[in-house]
Amino acid sequence: MLAHYFPIFVFTILAFVVGIAAIRLGGLVRPSHPDRVKLSPYECGLKPIHDLPHRNTVPFYLLSMLFLLFDVEILFFFPWVLFFERSSINGFASMLLFMFILFVGYLYAWKKGALEWRH
Amino acid sequence: MIATIMKTVLMVNILLVVIAYITWAERKILGRMQIRHGPMRVGWHGLLQPIADGVKLATKELIVPTGADSLLFLIAPVITLVFALVPFAVIPFAGAPVWQITDVNIGLLFILAASSLGMYGIVIGGWSSNSKYSLMGALRSVAQMISYEVPLILALIGPVMLSGSFSMSKMVAAQEQAGYWFIFLQPLAFVVFLISGVAETNRVPFDMVEAEGELVCGFHTEYSGMAFSVFFLAEYANMILISAIATLCFLGGWQRPFPTVGFLSFLDVVPEIVWFSLKIGFFLFLYIWLRATLPRIRYDQLMYLGWKMLLPVVLLNIFLVGLFKFYSIPLLIYYLITFFTTVGCVAWCSKHFYE
Repeated sequence: MLAHYFPIFVFTILAFVVGIAAIRLGGLVRPSHPDRVKLSPYECGLKPIHDLPHRNTVPFYLLSMLFLLFDVEILFFFPWVLFFERSSINGFASMLLFMFILFVGYLYAWKKGALEWRH
Repeated sequence: MIATIMKTVLMVNILLVVIAYITWAERKILGRMQIRHGPMRVGWHGLLQPIADGVKLATKELIVPTGADSLLFLIAPVITLVFALVPFAVIPFAGAPVWQITDVNIGLLFILAASSLGMYGIVIGGWSSNSKYSLMGALRSVAQMISYEVPLILALIGPVMLSGSFSMSKMVAAQEQAGYWFIFLQPLAFVVFLISGVAETNRVPFDMVEAEGELVCGFHTEYSGMAFSVFFLAEYANMILISAIATLCFLGGWQRPFPTVGFLSFLDVVPEIVWFSLKIGFFLFLYIWLRATLPRIRYDQLMYLGWKMLLPVVLLNIFLVGLFKFYSIPLLIYYLITFFTTVGCVAWCSKHFYE
């Protein structure tokens, strides 16, 4: 069983090698003449004035919470979906109930304005 | 063991060459769509252009900006590339002589898991460049990708419901056995998958990540030379991946068109791998076509489309598939139901999109 996963392991190592080699091997041919202005972070030609912002807008945070909720709910679909072919109508009905509850939560988030994108 | 390594090396090489020539095809097709020639100078009709581009990118200076975390900065594109390439280990390219590195019984789950790990490369790259544009681009990119992952996964639940397995080769086998492709049974899921697939790969019209007008170049603003091109390779690998999943789950994988129609059986002469590549090529052409046609949508419209339109629509699709399974509706009537539901949903969404 685990032998099926061995090629994936090989593939991962090879992909890492390709990626690292692409960046490292370029070092043999590319020039390197750093200076202070060239190395400064890009800011439309001006001198950088502030550090990186430490605060982000709230919608990003809200969005990641929503994603977490829905992703965990999607997880329940995976075991169910494998047995869907063999299950009776009761299996489907109970999933419909679950989907209904999910949908109620979704409507709640909608009505609360969590899905709006505003600042 | 040796065979596995050989196959893996071959697969990675094929992928890299194909990606190089997709960039050529993209420039050529974009050129034609704008009534110009595209690359013509390097080789016959610019056929050597990807090689020239590769040489040029390799000889460009690699700049690591001051204040950047150089290790993370350089490892970020590698992470993105690795998780864009690894899913190809479980994708079957043809059935009769099997063209697949390994047939894992959780193939689809593995693909979804690995491709969503690629997001880490983008976050790390954007954060470690010590640039405001990069950070903002990375944040946006991740917000977009997690928003569209929900409808993407739910759209793929539909085909799995009918095939009863996460294995990609069993998915095609189920379509072979049923005699119809899943796109006819669930066009709704197909449309949602296409839209969220384009959004997942950050392509036009969802390329909010690198909106030049506002964010310079998004999360790879500070990247140059080979590090940039590795990000680039990963983006195109992701495009091929989405096309391959769409082909396998909805378009019957390597089957010829109309697999049940007898008098078309002369089409069987064409090898399965060619059919598979043609279908992938169709989706890649669609990507380029979208890029030539559509303007970029606004960020709030993007979130609106993902959360308020695609998500309920894709739940409706699961409901419809359940009805089909348990109420033994005649196939033709079911085709009509799904077709008109899809047309209705698309019409409703496009009507309310700009409100």
